Amino acid sequence: MSVTVDAALAQSFGLTNDEYGTVLSIMGRTPSLTELGIFSVMWSEHCSYKSSRLHLKTLPTKAPWVIHGPGENAGVVDIGEGLAAVFKMESHNHPSFIEPYQGAATGVGGILRDVFTMGARPVANLNALRFGDPREADTCRVVNGVVRGIGGYGNCVGVPTVGGEVNFHRAYNGNPLVNAMTVGIAAQDRIFLSAAAGVGNPVVYVGSKTGRDGIHGATMSSAEFDEELSSKRPTVQVGDPFTEKLLIEACLELMATDAVIAIQDMGAAGLTSSAVEMASKGNVGIELDLDHVPQRETNMTAYEMMLSESQERMLMVLRPDRTEEARRIFEKWELDFAVIGVLTDTGNITVRHKGVVEADIPLGPLADQAPLYDRPIQPVAKAAVLEVPDSPVSLEEALKILVASPDLASRAWIWNQYDSTVGGQTIKRPGGADAAIVRVEGTNKALALTTDCTPRYGQADAYCGGAQAVVEAWRNITATGATPLAVTDNLNFGSPENPRIMGQFVEAIKGMGEACRALDFPVVSGNVSLYNETRSENGQAVAIQPTPAIGGLGVLEDASKAVGLALPEEGEILLVGETAGELGQSLWLREVCGREEGAPPKIDLQAERRNGDFVRSHILDGSITACHDVSDGGLLITVAEMAMAGHHGCELAPAPQGTKSHAFWFGEDQARYVVVTRKSDVLIQEAQRTGVPMFHLGVIKGDRIKIGTEMNCDLVTLRTLHEAFLPHLMGETE
Amino acid sequence: MKTGIVVFPGTNRERDMVHAIERVSGRKPTLLWHQQESVEGLDLVILPGGFSYGDYLRSGAMAAHSPIMKAVRQFAEKGGYVLGVCNGFQILTEARLLPGALLRNAGMRFLSQDCFLKVETSESAFTCGWHKGDVFRAPMAHGDGNYTASPETLKRLEGEGRVAFRYCDGEGRVEPANMASNLNGSAQAIAGILSDNKRVCGLMPHPENLTDALTGGTDGVPLFKGLVETLSR
Repeated sequence: MSVTVDAALAQSFGLTNDEYGTVLSIMGRTPSLTELGIFSVMWSEHCSYKSSRLHLKTLPTKAPWVIHGPGENAGVVDIGEGLAAVFKMESHNHPSFIEPYQGAATGVGGILRDVFTMGARPVANLNALRFGDPREADTCRVVNGVVRGIGGYGNCVGVPTVGGEVNFHRAYNGNPLVNAMTVGIAAQDRIFLSAAAGVGNPVVYVGSKTGRDGIHGATMSSAEFDEELSSKRPTVQVGDPFTEKLLIEACLELMATDAVIAIQDMGAAGLTSSAVEMASKGNVGIELDLDHVPQRETNMTAYEMMLSESQERMLMVLRPDRTEEARRIFEKWELDFAVIGVLTDTGNITVRHKGVVEADIPLGPLADQAPLYDRPIQPVAKAAVLEVPDSPVSLEEALKILVASPDLASRAWIWNQYDSTVGGQTIKRPGGADAAIVRVEGTNKALALTTDCTPRYGQADAYCGGAQAVVEAWRNITATGATPLAVTDNLNFGSPENPRIMGQFVEAIKGMGEACRALDFPVVSGNVSLYNETRSENGQAVAIQPTPAIGGLGVLEDASKAVGLALPEEGEILLVGETAGELGQSLWLREVCGREEGAPPKIDLQAERRNGDFVRSHILDGSITACHDVSDGGLLITVAEMAMAGHHGCELAPAPQGTKSHAFWFGEDQARYVVVTRKSDVLIQEAQRTGVPMFHLGVIKGDRIKIGTEMNCDLVTLRTLHEAFLPHLMGETE
Repeated sequence: MKTGIVVFPGTNRERDMVHAIERVSGRKPTLLWHQQESVEGLDLVILPGGFSYGDYLRSGAMAAHSPIMKAVRQFAEKGGYVLGVCNGFQILTEARLLPGALLRNAGMRFLSQDCFLKVETSESAFTCGWHKGDVFRAPMAHGDGNYTASPETLKRLEGEGRVAFRYCDGEGRVEPANMASNLNGSAQAIAGILSDNKRVCGLMPHPENLTDALTGGTDGVPLFKGLVETLSR
């Protein structure tokens, strides 16, 4: 390939003139095409976190139970009995718009590899999805492809997809978000890291062959979308879940031996980033001979091989005396296994191909002199508190509008395409509880898992959006009886070069950090996805809503104590937490009044902690038999979801005197839970004693939801409305 | 009861099956690698669910030609007991150990949800844990579960009492034309069938995933209890 390497080419690879200047000074010469490719992907936003690093550092990442925080392939926390939970969430947004099926599928594949790379068997997948306006024709294409892609990959590898969340909003037209999370279990003394060690040790490539797919995927995902999306299609990778399944089994079999010194999956920027990261972390040099790389296509150049993002590949450093044993394991699983290099003491990454040195870059400066930006910030004015408007409709009408609305409608159409039971450890499936509950095989413990974010809050007040995502994840775990341990984050924002967007980003991180600190809920892994923007018809950049998605993990010592959200046959219904009736940014305001206004509900971290700890302790002592946190749509939606899930109705007291009924029932005040008990006297007494606000809502009864004389709605009608949205959107109603 | 569970590349419900067998029989099954050429000494061979060879050709088609399937065939011919669940059922039809075929679900989507099954005969080791007419719940998780066979084969299966399970609603109503209960559109709502000696059984849903109250219920236990009682005699 005869291409002139210069500043213009560097720019087309996504490097600024300044960044290219640094490349020249590091190299002391004009880099080769392969070298330029390596610099450009390593210094892309996706790999270098150059705009976000400064701010990410402010997040709390430590706790006595954190074994590995950010910086490894995934976060690792102690769950007792010598076991660890390994988890992370990662975005695959841009590919999922270009080619929804493969984009979402390879998103799942990539995050699975991050987890089993560390020696953990993946036990659960979750996701957080944002789609465009359901009235846009293209939304249906994206939903269809993404859901099929997640299912197609997860079902085949045999990891249950146990939970997730979905929002629809026009801000995601042309820029959907696909955030995938994987959770695995490992023995604490068998955690594998990526730092290479031992000069002379072999560097081994395993998994699928390398093709030309995904070249420059990492730089693409760091650029805004434009009209020429079809020309980008070849950069989307194709997933092969069958090979991934073999890779999981082969890697775990190999990891049971003592052959592996270091291991790293080939994710974004493929061979380049895995080789560079392993060598850099281990302070060694690495030499690769690309002639030995298993290749799927002919005449591939060094540049292409170094930048390919072909899926289902891993790079390992092995003990030389165990290499043949390792080879036999991979041959048994019918996977490629090739020694493609060696660790050196040069401190460089040296790439040879057909006898020619195609790249020779000092690793120190490649990492140390990577760009780091303190981008300008323009504070974004927070929306003013909304004055409570009158309701244009009755309570019952509002309830019916809301349960049928895109953000609250039943997700069964989606869940029913994901295998949620494979593995045989799923205790609470999607929709069964606020968090998915998955037993830890061979123990009495279970993990509680959830993904959460309310982007409309973040749009009005980014700080609140960040904090609320964390507290909602914490509440969802708490509402099952589990103790929240740690989170992974997936920060999806627009262009960091726009000071307003950068302002949102910084504020959201502040909010997250404060909530994480107050709740002892550290961030142990994460991913940043910037440049989530499209061009409107008049050429303006349109950013998504700030979407700091949180993946939360908690643990239950006794799995049998987990509670779900469905109303049981009998019991009294109580509300924990205070209700002022905050309708700003509520779904009621948006769906019933057509307004997206006001300040989001205020976050009181002390109240969150107090109310949550109260609820959890009374789930564990058996006095609470069902629980659902109050979030999107407010109190009446919470009760309606519990009633629909349990097929039992209830009779509720009217809103307290002095509160507007619709504000009481649809306000989205935080720090609240609806709980069911047969011991309301004891619980109310306990609440009084500990200063926890509590309100007696009503009793479980019949097959309708009644509120005094104000409302009397039958569950069958409600469920029909609730279940209609997705099948209707997808054109699958009869 | 000595049980072997076959693992093909891409099998993914072998662990679920191990737990179910262990829970009900108290004995640990052995895992059999697909390249093994013998299954001697076993009472029961199970082909569990998954995506053998990625199901990239036709579900079960590649696995049907693997070395162990020759041994399974010989085992079955000698009167051995074989259970195929989901992908295992697909493999059994591809290997012609059971008649018919499993097509793409009628709705063209993967189905992962609980379904209800009606027990059509109690006269086999696989179904004797129930009474004829019993209704139980089981999760399904498949893309290709739409059972089909020639009219003659269907007639024979019905006539010889070889339909083991049928999809039904919670009240036990079997309505082949109703996609709300016959979710994948199977012919005559057939969910599981038996070989002519009734010692080979294939079914699409996963009773092994309902053998523990904590993970959703014990509706699937009678399948394994029946096997233990028959094969431990």
